Amino acid sequence: MSTVDGQEREPILQMSGIYKHFPGVKALNNVSFRLFPGEVHALMGENGAGKSTLIKVLTGVYSIDQGAVTLSGRHVAIHSPLEAQAAGISTVYQEVNLCPNLTVAENIFIGREPRRFGRILWKEMNRKAEQLLRERLQLGIDVTQPLYMYSVAIQQLVAIARALNISAKVLILDEPTSSLDRNEVEQLFKIMRKLKEDGLAILFVTHFLDQVYEISERITILRNGEFVGEYEAAQLPRIELVSKMIGKELELLGELPKAGGEGRAEAKESLIEAIGLGRKGAIEPFDLLIGKGEVVSLAGLLGSGRTEMARLFFGADRPDQGQLLLKDSPGAVHSPRQAIDAGIAFCPENRKTEGIIDDLTVRENIVLAMQATRGWMRRIPRKKQDELADQYIKALNINPPNPEHLVKNLSGGNQQKVILARWLLTQPKLLILDEPTRGIDVGAKAEIQKLVLSLARQGMSVLFVSSELEEVVRVSDRIVVLRDRKKVKEMQEDIGQQQVMQAIAGG
Amino acid sequence: MRIHKHHLFWPLAMLAALLLFNLFYSPEEFYTVQVRNGHLYGTLIDILNFGAPLILVAIGMTVVIATGGIDLSVGSIVAISGAMACLTISKGADQDALGLLAEAIALSIGIALLLGLWNGLLVSVIGIQPIIATLILMVAGRGIAQLITSGQIITVTSDRYGYIGSGSLLGLPFSIFIVVAVFAVAVLLTRRTALGLFIESVGRNPSASRLAGIRSRYVLIAVYLFCGLCAAIAGLILSSNVSSADGNNAGLWYELDAILAVVIGGTSLTGGRFYLTGTLIGALIIQTLTTTIYMIGVPPEITLVVKAFVVLVVCLIQSETFRKTLVQRWQTRRYPAEREVAKHV
Repeated sequence: MSTVDGQEREPILQMSGIYKHFPGVKALNNVSFRLFPGEVHALMGENGAGKSTLIKVLTGVYSIDQGAVTLSGRHVAIHSPLEAQAAGISTVYQEVNLCPNLTVAENIFIGREPRRFGRILWKEMNRKAEQLLRERLQLGIDVTQPLYMYSVAIQQLVAIARALNISAKVLILDEPTSSLDRNEVEQLFKIMRKLKEDGLAILFVTHFLDQVYEISERITILRNGEFVGEYEAAQLPRIELVSKMIGKELELLGELPKAGGEGRAEAKESLIEAIGLGRKGAIEPFDLLIGKGEVVSLAGLLGSGRTEMARLFFGADRPDQGQLLLKDSPGAVHSPRQAIDAGIAFCPENRKTEGIIDDLTVRENIVLAMQATRGWMRRIPRKKQDELADQYIKALNINPPNPEHLVKNLSGGNQQKVILARWLLTQPKLLILDEPTRGIDVGAKAEIQKLVLSLARQGMSVLFVSSELEEVVRVSDRIVVLRDRKKVKEMQEDIGQQQVMQAIAGG
Repeated sequence: MRIHKHHLFWPLAMLAALLLFNLFYSPEEFYTVQVRNGHLYGTLIDILNFGAPLILVAIGMTVVIATGGIDLSVGSIVAISGAMACLTISKGADQDALGLLAEAIALSIGIALLLGLWNGLLVSVIGIQPIIATLILMVAGRGIAQLITSGQIITVTSDRYGYIGSGSLLGLPFSIFIVVAVFAVAVLLTRRTALGLFIESVGRNPSASRLAGIRSRYVLIAVYLFCGLCAAIAGLILSSNVSSADGNNAGLWYELDAILAVVIGGTSLTGGRFYLTGTLIGALIIQTLTTTIYMIGVPPEITLVVKAFVVLVVCLIQSETFRKTLVQRWQTRRYPAEREVAKHV
């Protein structure tokens, strides 16, 4: 194949002026996308940028409100995943959706087995499966074995084999590497390069920046449902990619005044220390020391391991290596309960499923953790409960100020404050906040930021996770930067958004 | 104000409707209460007396359902507990001896607690779905009961033991006092300690409860233990009432009536909020219904059909969605032109 300039080549897939609205949300707002044969094209964007909506529009899961899709120069309208497949658009979703109890060959040919007079030709099917895997994916495995006998990486390849029928022109890989380790990713990339040489157009979605630069020629960036731009990977520095994804111009960032952090003692007594703490598939082993009264932030893109790191500090997930040392108490932290007893509190990222108990009242939600530490016998007297609830409703400005209101009827910001109240009641030494300000309005956001600073001033340590750099820089004494499930940098002095962004981008 | 929003409104209304039906249909037979030998007699008293085992089982079932679980083994535990007690007494030299009675009660409650612990461990430690975990004992339990009775019906002739299920105190059946005591203990345990909060929390959102520091394992074991205890007491009352133990039929299908009572009482099968008073009323509704069906002379071959029909009506009326649809239908029928409007509401 001769190398032709991008401008002159004919795109195999072209989407232009795509609009897709959901009630109250503009999921896609005038988005364009081009895909050329024989390229790997990365689709990038933070949470809610519209990546998955774009894929679902392309595969016929959603219909488009407005806009045009052309495939090999012909105008197409795709109404269902089946139609997409028939048109030559194949998709491998993030979770491998195969049947582990069936054989490899059965998985590849399920629903389209070679038949004669209604009878499945097993030998023919196995032969074809073996041939397909060997020739297109360079994979020589026994296709008559059940799928669960193989690793996730092989399963991923089988899913790709299934997606590749003869007419496949476009292959969509949605986060194929999220559950693979380094060697497995290597193996997958080798296959992707081979398919690319065969002329297949691959749309690749991932959160790992290193992988984007390793495999893709071209990058399209979306942000908040809008098309930001299409770039040659070689000509887009990492820092620019990150700034385009999170929507901050570099020049502007430098000028923002830095607040917070001043007037606090430099050398801090240590409170908790992680040594070589790690969990396979979640976060690579890291060291981190948190001092008394210190605000440490974890910064990084979505999927960089921020949440995973925070959860290890609370015992919400079990580490498979390393240890967590508490300065005051010798006990280990293996479960949330042990963490709480050691004076650690944790506001989870997903407050609906892991934070509030939606059917209980504000009062019951507030006293829950304190009651749990007291045990079932020593019930907090009702009068005391009312006092505590009232006190924290006032202090945190929870609205409506009614302790008997069901917590499910509160707004997101107020629910967050209820969970904060629950933990402040236990008077923790370390408060872990995972995205405490996500999805809540500006006013509540500022209140929570102020609260974090005042708590730190009173001597509480805070581990703060946020995807908003502005916020991270404003509240932290120290910033830990994560990338691709690894701790890559620790920044202490003169933290500016630009430096943090540079560290996030790396490379 | 907005009385129909209270969680006890519909259960009470159902019970009132049943009582009202009897007031018109058979007022004398149903409502007459006589004093004979200083004891109260009458259909209302019978409902309370015969309903006692069901109420007890339903109380235990309530807290299990509140954790998002279910206990199908209660009927079998009822049989096992009765069998254990009767066996112990029948082997005694003096069947009326107080020590023997204490031994019988202790043994049957002890074995029921063990079975409750078994259920609790299967659900909380091994992580089997409650419906499957307790199904094991539901099936196996019948076998255990028959093993205890050697496949026979054991009869006892102990007045002391008979007192539990058919004696009377202050003119009322003794079983009513047992129910009141267990109900009071259940309310105190769940509302005067933090157990109720933990049960509702674990039932509604297990992962959030874990992160809030609740040891859900112990909560789960506790509710299955309590449920087993309640079933054991019900088994004692039931076998004492007839002075015999039938491993095959004692407590048969009790689990279903108990679940029904809990649901009628307003506790959701998905777990979370639970209402012990609602369960009490629910169980009374079921017992009243059973009695009413016998009294009005429904042919025995269709009693179950009639019961099922009434239960269906009760459940439909309890359903908020159904009530809303009904009201909406009625309104649109009266104002045909507004049919379109209602659609858009």
